[in-house]
Amino acid sequence: MKKELIYFILTVAIIMTACGQAPASPTNLNPSPRKLMVMTHDSFLASESVISSFEKANNVKLQFIASGDAGAALNKAILSKDNPFADVFYGVDNTFLSRALNEGIFDPYNSPALKDIPSQFKMDPQNRALPVDWGDVCLNYDIKYFSDRNLQPPQNLEDLLKPEYKDLLVVENPATSSPGLAFLLTTIGHFGADKYLDFWRGLVANNVLVVNDWETAYRSNFTRWGGDHPIVVSYGSSPPFEVIESDSPDTTPQTAVITKDGSCFRQVEFVGVLKGTKNRDLAEKWIDFMLSTTFQEDMPLQMYVFPVNPNAKLDETFQKYLTMPENPTYVSPDDIANNREAWINAWTETVLR
Amino acid sequence: MILKNHKWVTYALLWILPLIFLLLFYFYPMSSILKISLERSQRGWLNAFTEAFLSPTTWQVLTFTFWQAILSTLLTLLIGLPGAYLFAHYDFRGKSLLQALLSIPFLMPTLVVAAAFNSLVGPSGWLNIAIRQIFHLNSSPLQFNNTLVAILVAHVFYNTAIVLRMVGDYWSHLDPHLGQAAQMLGANRWQAIRRIILPLLSPAVAAAALLVFIFDFTSFGVILILGGPRFATLEVEIYYQTVSLFNLPMAAVLCLIQLGCTLALTLIYSRLTKRMSIPLSLKSHRITQHRLTTIRSKIMAGSLIAILLTLLILPLAALAIRSVTRLVPDRGQMNDTSSGFTLDYYRQLGTSHRESIFYTSTTTAIGISLGYALATTVLALALGFPAALALSRQAESPINQGMDALLMLPLGTSAVTLGLGFIVALDKPPLNLRSSWLLIPLAHTLVAFPFVVRNLSPALRSIQPRIRHAAAVLGASPVSVIRYMDLPLVGRAALIAGAFAFTISMGEFGATVLIARPEYPTIPVAIYRLLSRPGELNYGQALALSTILMLVSCIAMLLVDKFRVGGIGEF
Repeated sequence: MKKELIYFILTVAIIMTACGQAPASPTNLNPSPRKLMVMTHDSFLASESVISSFEKANNVKLQFIASGDAGAALNKAILSKDNPFADVFYGVDNTFLSRALNEGIFDPYNSPALKDIPSQFKMDPQNRALPVDWGDVCLNYDIKYFSDRNLQPPQNLEDLLKPEYKDLLVVENPATSSPGLAFLLTTIGHFGADKYLDFWRGLVANNVLVVNDWETAYRSNFTRWGGDHPIVVSYGSSPPFEVIESDSPDTTPQTAVITKDGSCFRQVEFVGVLKGTKNRDLAEKWIDFMLSTTFQEDMPLQMYVFPVNPNAKLDETFQKYLTMPENPTYVSPDDIANNREAWINAWTETVLR
Repeated sequence: MILKNHKWVTYALLWILPLIFLLLFYFYPMSSILKISLERSQRGWLNAFTEAFLSPTTWQVLTFTFWQAILSTLLTLLIGLPGAYLFAHYDFRGKSLLQALLSIPFLMPTLVVAAAFNSLVGPSGWLNIAIRQIFHLNSSPLQFNNTLVAILVAHVFYNTAIVLRMVGDYWSHLDPHLGQAAQMLGANRWQAIRRIILPLLSPAVAAAALLVFIFDFTSFGVILILGGPRFATLEVEIYYQTVSLFNLPMAAVLCLIQLGCTLALTLIYSRLTKRMSIPLSLKSHRITQHRLTTIRSKIMAGSLIAILLTLLILPLAALAIRSVTRLVPDRGQMNDTSSGFTLDYYRQLGTSHRESIFYTSTTTAIGISLGYALATTVLALALGFPAALALSRQAESPINQGMDALLMLPLGTSAVTLGLGFIVALDKPPLNLRSSWLLIPLAHTLVAFPFVVRNLSPALRSIQPRIRHAAAVLGASPVSVIRYMDLPLVGRAALIAGAFAFTISMGEFGATVLIARPEYPTIPVAIYRLLSRPGELNYGQALALSTILMLVSCIAMLLVDKFRVGGIGEF
C-alpha cells in the first residue's frame, strides 16, 4: 500500500498547488499598486502605452477579464452581481443595454466627462451606463463586382428587392450573430414592426443567403474573398479596415458601404461601475479616462469603433475611406429587450422555414 | 471477510481523488448554475420544465440531435473500422507518420476545421475555384456549407481518429491465433470474423462508438459554422437560450436533458460491455502485424489509405496551401487571376501591429498552449489512473458502473453552462478561481478525463488475473504486482491516454474562450481573435497559425509513437 499512499499524497499535492492563486508578477516595484478589475468582451483592445499611462498616473494595476462575446460577458456580470469580481464592466451595447439595467448591475456615475458627449449617445438618463464608442452595422458591397458588370450597386434597403440583385446578398442569423441582429433591427426600425416581415419575404424571394456568423459570411461567401455574394452585412468601418489591414495600405478600397435612407444600425457601447465595487474611486477614474481623448483616439484603430467624444480626432487613413451613414436607424433598448425573442422567432419562421 | 473489507477500502481509496475533483470542479459548479437558472423562472422551476417540454422546438432539436449523431457515428465506424484493421494488422513504411497525420483532425478546434473545409469545398475553396476556371462558370457549383452533408462529413473528419486509435490499438494486440484456430476448425473467414474477432473487439468498438456518439451528440461549432442556421443541436439551442435570450431556466432544462441522455447512453453502454470484458492474452506487434506482401493486401491498403487521406487530410492540406497563397491577387476575384505564393502571413505573425495589450507572439501562444496541455496531462493521468485501476478490478460492481457513467458527464455538458457555473460557484476563498488561469487546465482535465480512463481501463482489465494470482502466490505484495506487472503492461496505454489529454487540451476552444485570461491566449483563442477581424492580413495570419497548430499536434503524435518504440508497454 505504500506506493499507493505516495501516489495519493502526490496527487493531493498537485491539486493543492493547482488550487492556489497565480503568483503575482514580481516586476512591480511601486509600493503596492492597487488593482482594478475591468470586465469586458473578447473584442476589447487598447494600446499598451495608453493603458500603462493610466496605470502609472494612478499607481494602479489594471486586470482585464475579457472572455466570451458581449452577451456571454454580460451574463457573467449579471450572475456574479451579488459577489462581483470586477469593478467596471465595459462593452454592453444598446441591444443588451436593457438587460444590464433591469438586472441592476451598475451604480450611477455622473462623470464630468459626460458634458462633452452628444445626447444622442446617452441612452440611460440615470447614467448607470455611460456611452464610450459607437459603430454602424451596414451593408458592404464589392466595388469591382458591380463595375465589372456595369451594374449600379443598390442604394438602400428597398433596392435589395429588385430582380437585378437576386442571389447577391448574404446576411447573418440574428439568433447567433450580433451584426445579424443589428441588421434585423435595421429592417424593423426602417419598415416598422408590422411590415418588416414583408420585406424579408421579398428578400427570401430574391434568394437571400443566411449564415450563422460574420466570419462565414465575410470570409467565405463575400465575393471580395472569392465567394459568390457581392453584398454582405458587415460594419460601416469594414472598408477602411480592408485598406488599413492589407499588404499595401495605400491602395484604393475594394469594398464600400450602402449608407442611404436609414440602411444602417448604430451600435453604441457602454461602460458602468459595477455595484458592490470596493474601488469606486479608481473605477470612476478609469471611466473618465475611457472618455478622455487619449483613450478615445486610441479606440478606432484597436477596436474599429468610433469615439463618442467629439474632441477626439480620427486617424487620417481612416477618415479618408470612411463613409458615414445618413440617419442610421434607431430602435430603443427597451423595445429590443421586450421583443428580441418574438422578433427573432418570427424572423426564423419567415426566413428559415 | 477480512479480504473483502480490505478490497472495499482499496476501491474507496482509489475513487476518492477522482471523486473530489469531480465534486469540486464539476458537480458543484453545475448544480450551482442549474439551481440559479431554474430559480430565475418567474413561475417556479416546475414551470420551466413544462414550458420546455411543451415547446415544439425542444422536440425538433432533440430529434435532430439524436439522428444526426446516430448517422454520424455509423459513418465514422464505417470509415474507421477498416482503417483500424489496416493499422492493427499491417506494418508498412511511413505508418507512424500516417497515424500521426490522421490524428490531427481530432485535435483541431472547430474554427480551424471550418476554415479547412472552406478552403477545400467552400464557395471560395480550391475545388470550386478549379471547377469555375475549367468550365468558365460565374458561381460556385459545389454547395457544401449549410447542408446536412457538411455536418456528417465534418463529424467523420473529426472523430475517425478516435476509432482508429482506440479500436486499432486494441485490435493490434489480439491474438491472431484465435481466428486462425477457428478457421482451422472449419469456420470460413467471415464466420471467424463474426463469431471470434468481433465479439473480442466489441469492448473497444463500443467504447469508441460511445465517445464518438457523445461528441456528435453535443456538437456545437460544426453545426453552427458548417451546418448553418437551419440546423440546431441541443448544445446550439442552449447557447442561443443562454447568450442571446438570457432565458436561463430554459437553458437549464435543455442542459439537463442533454446530461440525462449522456448518462443514459453511458449506463446502457456499461450494461452492454459488462459481459464483454474478458481477460485476454494480449500479444506483441511482432506476432500480430505483417508486412504488405500479397497484391490483394496492397490494393486493400492503398485504397483504404487513399480514402482516409482524402477525408481527413485533404481539407487540412487545403488550409495549409491557402496559408501560403496570397488571398486576394491583383484586386479582384479569385476566378480572374491566378494566386501567388507568399510567406507574408507567417512573417506577420511575429510582429505586433499596433502595440496592443494582450498581444502575444506566436511562440508565446504556443508556449502557453503547451503549458496548459502539460498541466492537463499530469492532472488527467494522476486522476485517471486510480479511477481506471478501480474500474479494471470489478467493472460490474454498481459503484464502478455508476462512477464510470459520472465520468462521462462532462463530455455531455454545454461549455457555456459550465463556464457560467465556474463563475457562480468558485467565487469564494479558498476556491476563488473566477479570474484564475487555473480554470483552463481544470476544464481541460474534465474533458480529457474520460479519455484517459477509457484508454487505461481496458488495458488494466485485460491483465490476466491468473498471472497476478500466481505472482501473489509466489510472494509478491499487491504493490509489487502493480509495479512489476501492471505498470509495464499499462505503460503504452498510459502514453496514449496522456497523448489524448495533451492534445485535447491543445485544441480545446469552446470552454477555453469563455474562461481564458486575455493576456494568456491559447493557440485556438489566438486564431479566433484573428478570424474575427476584417482585413486580408488577419485572415492570412489566422490560417498560418492554424497550420502551425496542425504541425505542433502532428509532432506531438509522432513523439508518442517514438516513445512507444522505446520499449515500455510492448507486450
